[in-house]
Amino acid sequence: MGALALVLAAAPFAFTNNYHYEIAILVMLNAVTCVGLNLLIGYAGQISLGHAGFFGLGAYGSAILTARYGWPPLAALAAATAGTALVAYVVGRPILRLKGHYLAMATLGMGIIISIILVTEERFTGGPDGMSVPPFAVAGFALAGERAWYAVCAAMLVAAVWLALNLIDSPAGRALRALHGAEIGAQVSGVDAARAKLAVFVLSAVFASVAGSAAAHYAGFITPAKAGFFHSIELVTMVVFGGMASTFGAVAGAAALTLLPQLLTVFKEYEMVMMGAVMMGTMIFMPKGLVPTLAARFAGGGRR
Amino acid sequence: MLKRLAVAAAALFAFAGGAAFAQEPIRIGSFLAVTGPAAFLGDPEQKTLELYVEKLNAAGGVLGRKIQLTVYDSAGDAEKARAFAKRLIEQDKVDVIVGGSTTGETMAVVPLVEQAGIPFISLAGAVVIVEPVKKWVFKTPHSDRQACERIFVDMKARGLTKIALISGAGGFDKSMRAQCMQVAKNYGIEIVADESYGAGDTDMTAQLTKIRSAPGVQAVLNCGFGQGPAIVTKNYRQLGITLPLYQSHGVASKEFIKLAGGAAEGVRLPAAAILAPETLPDSDPQKKVLLDYKREFEGRFKQDVSTFGGHAYDGLMLAVEAIRRAGSTNKEAVRSALESIRGFVGIDGVFNFSPTDHVGLDVSGLRIFEVRGGGWTVVK
Amino acid sequence: MSAEFLQFLLAGLTAGAIYALVALGFTIIYNASHVINFAQGEFVMIGGMTTVSLAAAGLPLPAAIAAAVLAAAAVGLALEKFAVEPARGASVVTLIIITIGASILLRGLATLVWDKKIHALKPFSGDAPIRIGGATLAPQSLWVLGVTLVIVLLLAWFFNRTLLGKALLATSHNRLAAQLVGINVRRVLLVSFGLSAALGAIAGILTAPITFTSWDVGIMLGLKGFAAAILGGLGSGPGAIVGGLALGIVEAMGAGYVSSAYKDAIAFVVLLAVLFFLPGGLLGRRGAERV
Repeated sequence: MGALALVLAAAPFAFTNNYHYEIAILVMLNAVTCVGLNLLIGYAGQISLGHAGFFGLGAYGSAILTARYGWPPLAALAAATAGTALVAYVVGRPILRLKGHYLAMATLGMGIIISIILVTEERFTGGPDGMSVPPFAVAGFALAGERAWYAVCAAMLVAAVWLALNLIDSPAGRALRALHGAEIGAQVSGVDAARAKLAVFVLSAVFASVAGSAAAHYAGFITPAKAGFFHSIELVTMVVFGGMASTFGAVAGAAALTLLPQLLTVFKEYEMVMMGAVMMGTMIFMPKGLVPTLAARFAGGGRR
Repeated sequence: MLKRLAVAAAALFAFAGGAAFAQEPIRIGSFLAVTGPAAFLGDPEQKTLELYVEKLNAAGGVLGRKIQLTVYDSAGDAEKARAFAKRLIEQDKVDVIVGGSTTGETMAVVPLVEQAGIPFISLAGAVVIVEPVKKWVFKTPHSDRQACERIFVDMKARGLTKIALISGAGGFDKSMRAQCMQVAKNYGIEIVADESYGAGDTDMTAQLTKIRSAPGVQAVLNCGFGQGPAIVTKNYRQLGITLPLYQSHGVASKEFIKLAGGAAEGVRLPAAAILAPETLPDSDPQKKVLLDYKREFEGRFKQDVSTFGGHAYDGLMLAVEAIRRAGSTNKEAVRSALESIRGFVGIDGVFNFSPTDHVGLDVSGLRIFEVRGGGWTVVK
Repeated sequence: MSAEFLQFLLAGLTAGAIYALVALGFTIIYNASHVINFAQGEFVMIGGMTTVSLAAAGLPLPAAIAAAVLAAAAVGLALEKFAVEPARGASVVTLIIITIGASILLRGLATLVWDKKIHALKPFSGDAPIRIGGATLAPQSLWVLGVTLVIVLLLAWFFNRTLLGKALLATSHNRLAAQLVGINVRRVLLVSFGLSAALGAIAGILTAPITFTSWDVGIMLGLKGFAAAILGGLGSGPGAIVGGLALGIVEAMGAGYVSSAYKDAIAFVVLLAVLFFLPGGLLGRRGAERV
């Protein structure tokens, strides 16, 4: 993790213009969401194809409270996060009773319902074209400019990774991993499966929500597409691409798949074809994901 | 595909030729929805930009400098649009941006261009882009509010005062619906039903059945684009509804008639005259520009010309005109020059910009077209 | 009132039949390999687009249709051979990502091979609406419903009476046991992909005259087909059909009686409610889970 902090601190020296900062910030926000999602998919073994819904709830919660009701951004952030956590709790209890593909479909459905509501209630949300979001300001001091946001997002990412790593190594985390391996076996050993799954679900929703709020304030604009199912699929792809059950894998996956479309622009009309080919090729030849495969390649020291 | 390569190669040669003169090229940046759900907007827009940049360069460029065009595919995604706009501004260091196929993408980029102080000509429809007026943001198509107004003028003339709305879920659809609802009373129009359908929906008979039984309904207005309106039109005839049907300028194309087939007979919509320039009187100031564009575009790309490509033509030509007037690519000078443009004959209409009017078009550029005998004919 | 109800019902059945065909495609592949093929929607697209371009090139419609179905089947076989088979040992989620990558690849190829415009097919037997008790039906809808019925019957015969079909069924129940009795599981996998692709293509061709086709028509249909398969119970053929029809009808009724803006949300709420009470879907297996 020290390496991560080092990379984040050193990277700006390689940036020559604001565009690089922008991409880096996008990567970091995606990474925060993916780290949370990875806890759910990689460690607890539950799949969620609707996580962009939580991202959207956080983003719109912050946006609506600050833009339409004039709340201070910090309070809006707190309220949006709490709201999303509540939704995740209420929705998670029945949904998490499902398994496998049924769970996948249910989360997909949940995500779609959220995005439909965001699109249709235009009086609050501005409809499909989205709405403007005021800048993030604390006590009169506004957070503006790429460098400031870069620092904030880097701090967020480090905090998220730290939180995730500590959770995984805690007794709660071990219970989680036991769940992934064999749910009934874990239950027999005294793990309260339902509560553990719900807790991770809510936690990963919180990660997504906070990232969403940050993204909304940073861009100054939010559209319902961010809560839509394409974005959900993108997030899951990032987690799997980078390597499930690997926090750094989640970060790597987010980086790879945020950068890839930018790099593939050289291919112009072949961009989609290349994107699909890269995704397929990587998963076929590195089925465990980027980080675990590379880690095993440079063998020895199996630290996660 | 080979043609695309040839165009790129030609543009490259043209640029290399220009570079021999060691002159800084004029950099025009663009982000368009070339793929994705709005691809039918971005595709003709990109083709138009590339075609005319090539022609301008072949004729010696602008101010003796070649034009270098950079186009990114934002696929209709507002976040991608933002990232690419930033790339254009920061990395590619463009002088002017002509782009933004959809309103969502445009609005996401507005804070960026305002902050960076770079002229931006949007190709998207919604009125929020220029209202309230933003210093650096201009747009070429008629706003959706103007489209509504033009439709209502026609409805009022035909004595249709109670209408039903049916719209899709996209940004264009919802924005136009909101505008229509807002201005309807100014024309004495009452909206008695309001239905919607989703993207990719395959059947609207349920919604139309509800509309048919709305009290006193005299006409139906479909705010939408893409395949939705074509399906609405087919379902409309299938259900045997004989009330006048109006579509939006979003389906002003031959494609729509091809898709809806015989069901499209009698459908009316507001559109720029590019839809059927041959049917204009010779005295019309736009006729020559329209026919030229149609000939060039269809000759090169072997596909029907569309109003969307026309927005890109206007955007590019206005930018070029502003640069000529400013005598440089100094961003503030170009911006002021844009605001001073009057009487510019474009595809969408005749542009008259001003510091308070960054769309420059009035409703007269929009004509009412009707489908007759399988083709578009201008009615008014 | 009842004429309206009938109209909604007919609309729902037509859409539902298409969802059912797509859902069957999902089910067949899932049964053979436990993979959810997110590229299923693209087979629908390939079927429709290929037919449109072949018909425009002058081929008579039946020939164009046959060629399109074969083309889609070929793509399905290629998908299995080059994408799924090399990754056979990988986890289910990885396989899902592979199929997602495949769907992006196929869409990208579609924009290159064809274009980004929307295309229509001529309705098979004209446009004149058929009146049934106050409601109207497009003749093409009858084709959709009729052909779907025929396909369902053909599939029932295939799975229950032919050796290959029974081999597919056996593999879906227990892959190891099937291998032990000498079934070539790899061939079974190939056949299921080919068959699913053909089904998707037929769905695309049937519906192209009504709903048009374009390079991205597969996304929404794939999603709804998946939802239908889950609704009916993943892995169950009859479930796929029931799920498809149910989804179509719920959508139409939701649009007609509740709110057209929220109709998709309503359909998903119903789906979630069903899953809440019947976690295995309407006709899904309700057995115990092996530890």
